[in-house]
Amino acid sequence: MKERIENSMKIKFRAISQNESFSRIVITGFISGANPTVEELADVKTAVSEAVTNCVVHAYRGTDDGTITMEAKLFASGRLWIAVSDKGCGIEDIAKARQPLYTTDPENERSGMGFSIMETFTDKIKVTSKPGRGTRVVMQKTLKRMNGSLC
Amino acid sequence: MSVEFRRTENSLIIEIGGEIDHHSAKTIRTRIDAEIVFEKTEKVIMDLSKTTFMDSSGLGLVLGRYRKLNDTGIAFEVVNPNRKIYRILCMAGVDKLVKIKGVEIV
Repeated sequence: MKERIENSMKIKFRAISQNESFSRIVITGFISGANPTVEELADVKTAVSEAVTNCVVHAYRGTDDGTITMEAKLFASGRLWIAVSDKGCGIEDIAKARQPLYTTDPENERSGMGFSIMETFTDKIKVTSKPGRGTRVVMQKTLKRMNGSLC
Repeated sequence: MSVEFRRTENSLIIEIGGEIDHHSAKTIRTRIDAEIVFEKTEKVIMDLSKTTFMDSSGLGLVLGRYRKLNDTGIAFEVVNPNRKIYRILCMAGVDKLVKIKGVEIV
């Protein structure tokens, strides 16, 4: 039986660093109706911030014209599904990119911990990418509802 | 986001308020590096008590400052991170390199 979707959204915005905080505000607004705990909200905000920052820093390096698409779905079960995607340069070696502390941009003090943080703060992530075409990161996290009921 | 500096006899205290992300880290980095050069100090303390959010860009900021200060023999501490930020610092092993004080124990 197909899971019921409580709410969903899709938004596109420029891949510029000002929109990192914008994306956190968007996801906060989206999940607030699900009554997340303070911990859950912080985890989701941070994971989204990492995914969006990766797009800003890496996807369209050197240009300001790129777009980031963020989609989210909230299922009746409390499962939160978020996809952050771009049409940028893509990732040559996804396994390498996901290694903790690995970065292709050490000169700008990138820590290489983005994917590790996404993995730690969500239940699972899936990264797909095609060099020259773009990248998509899907994150999922099940929110435990307070009182077991929806608001 | 705000960056404020206070000096004591032997320390420079950097108070970072608001959110540290990739966007704000650039400005914070520039301001801190300029201030450190300005006057010699024995110790630099990064006070995160007013920092409400930090992602991996903040890790890069802290590690970058650690490397710079370590090169010049100036002591570096991070104080008063909230539990979330402390967790992120530990994930990258920052707690093994930098003294972290004032962590809220629950």
